[in-house]
Amino acid sequence: MTAIANDPPEIRRSWTQAARLFVRRQPLGTFGLVIVVVAAIAGLSAEWIAPYSPTANDFAAMTEPPSLAHWLGTDQFGRDLLSRIIYGARTALIIGFVSAFVGGFAGLVLGVGSAYFGGWIDLVLQRVMDILMAFPLIIMALAVVAIFGTGVQNVIAAITIPLIPRCARVVRASALAIREVPYIDAARTSGFGHARIILRHMVPNVVAPFLIMLTAFVGQAILAEASLSYLGLGVQEPTPAWGLMLQGGAEEYASTAPWIAIFPGIAIALTVFGFSLFGDALRDAIDPKLRER
Amino acid sequence: MSALLDVRNLHTEFRTGAGVVRAVDGVSYTVDPGETVAIVGESGSGKSVGAMSILRLIPDPPGRITEGQILFAGRDLVGLSPDEMRKVRGGEIGMVFQEPMTSLNPVLTIGRQITETLEQHRGADRATADRRAVELLSLVGISDPERRLRQYPHQLSGGMRQRIMIAVALTCEPKLIIADEPTTALDVTIQAQILELMAELTRRLNVALVIITHNLGVVARYAQRVNVMYAGRLVESGPAAAVYGDPRHPYTMALLRSVPRLDKPRQARLDPVDGQPPDLMRLDGGCAFRPRCRFAIAVCATSRPALEPAGTAGHMSACFRRDEIAAAPVAA
Repeated sequence: MTAIANDPPEIRRSWTQAARLFVRRQPLGTFGLVIVVVAAIAGLSAEWIAPYSPTANDFAAMTEPPSLAHWLGTDQFGRDLLSRIIYGARTALIIGFVSAFVGGFAGLVLGVGSAYFGGWIDLVLQRVMDILMAFPLIIMALAVVAIFGTGVQNVIAAITIPLIPRCARVVRASALAIREVPYIDAARTSGFGHARIILRHMVPNVVAPFLIMLTAFVGQAILAEASLSYLGLGVQEPTPAWGLMLQGGAEEYASTAPWIAIFPGIAIALTVFGFSLFGDALRDAIDPKLRER
Repeated sequence: MSALLDVRNLHTEFRTGAGVVRAVDGVSYTVDPGETVAIVGESGSGKSVGAMSILRLIPDPPGRITEGQILFAGRDLVGLSPDEMRKVRGGEIGMVFQEPMTSLNPVLTIGRQITETLEQHRGADRATADRRAVELLSLVGISDPERRLRQYPHQLSGGMRQRIMIAVALTCEPKLIIADEPTTALDVTIQAQILELMAELTRRLNVALVIITHNLGVVARYAQRVNVMYAGRLVESGPAAAVYGDPRHPYTMALLRSVPRLDKPRQARLDPVDGQPPDLMRLDGGCAFRPRCRFAIAVCATSRPALEPAGTAGHMSACFRRDEIAAAPVAA
């Protein structure tokens, strides 16, 4: 058969090649990725790399400025700020990833299902999503915390719930377009059930926008957690959390010991910034129109 | 021999904001085992909706089968439960679509699209399914099938993809294949290859084929029986030779006139069918083709002609003047 001769060339890139390509084409995204990786390493190996225990008080060294013994200084209770920021990364990433993934996947299934079934199911689901979307993320999260109380699990729930409609909305838009493509009809003529068509045939086709959204969600969730903690409705003392540290430092020591607030603030800003940069770069890298041949 | 597919008085309606559209309005026809039947008609004549009704894949709402029976191998498909219907789809009736470029899922390999159907209907394990997939690809004339199985749809040409679609439709050895405009999106040279392939496979495997098309050339060569649809109804039905050689409905005659022919002296210009297809929401009690018909008489405005025997055995036409117009020259 002649078709074989003018076959499109098979493009197979190994992971390392793909990674090298990403680094070359997306320098800002790479910078974002580095921040994310550093935060992840800090969170994962806090026990080994933190110089002090995050809850150990050194009453001889309270509100100390950065020094060789305490690189980022100490807070009003004599706790080492660097150690608390390292442990805080763990709190931030656990809450960020769990909320983003749970909220993202719930939104993915709801969004694709909504588009696939259409009709009144779509109508009802979308109106419920509209109601949830009417509240800004932080207000919604505050309401959930007010109902369930504080603590890590409740904070995760508080951030997950408002993320669901945001994800479902975007995923539904992509899935609606896919719903009309003949291969979905073809799947139905092959006798596949609804669950199989949704999960095997539609979900993989909306994965690109979904992954990008997921990275952005992790950043948003970290920011939401910091905000809730700052307002005293999130993680409770003595658990090390960046928002909490910021609040403790900003209220009384903004002028006398600014490092107590500045360093956790930088940690929050950098991490969120890192996830955003990485998400943007990921979108560009996945978008075939922006990809050079 | 009893018919494999016996569609009786099928009505499919779409309820829209502007009114009820009777897309299929009392259509009856049969398909014998191993037979190739063409359903011909222009866009909007209800031919695709009729085919999707057989598989019960009309989007509901707004579409619904309101009346009629679809007897397939003795069972009425209209009354089957969703689970039983899923076993029929892909298991006993295969379908080939118009657009080979978009009918295959871009994120699944060719192999998966075939083996998935086998796993669904036969509970086949991976190795058995893979062997069958290789066999099917060779059957539809794809060389180097082991390599093709691992490829994705975008790596294949349109004609190859249509071959894959045929392989997918044949996977579970169905008794009937419905092909909805299978060659419309392909190059003319590839069209011939695909049609030859389908003709050969249906003959060899004794599969019945319902081929939906607006291309009369396809019909002339490959179908044993022809059903001509207009505005949701059958207007003419019969053996292909009879419908071609001795058309008994003005619409069929007009369609035949509008096709360029190589075996006839060249006409000065083509003679297309005048006017537009009717709005299915605004049909009156008369014949739907009346406004475009050059043989229309007074009675055509007041009552609708039924499909009745005309000419040779098995040939039917829904025209009051079916016997008079037989003498009218086709190439007028």
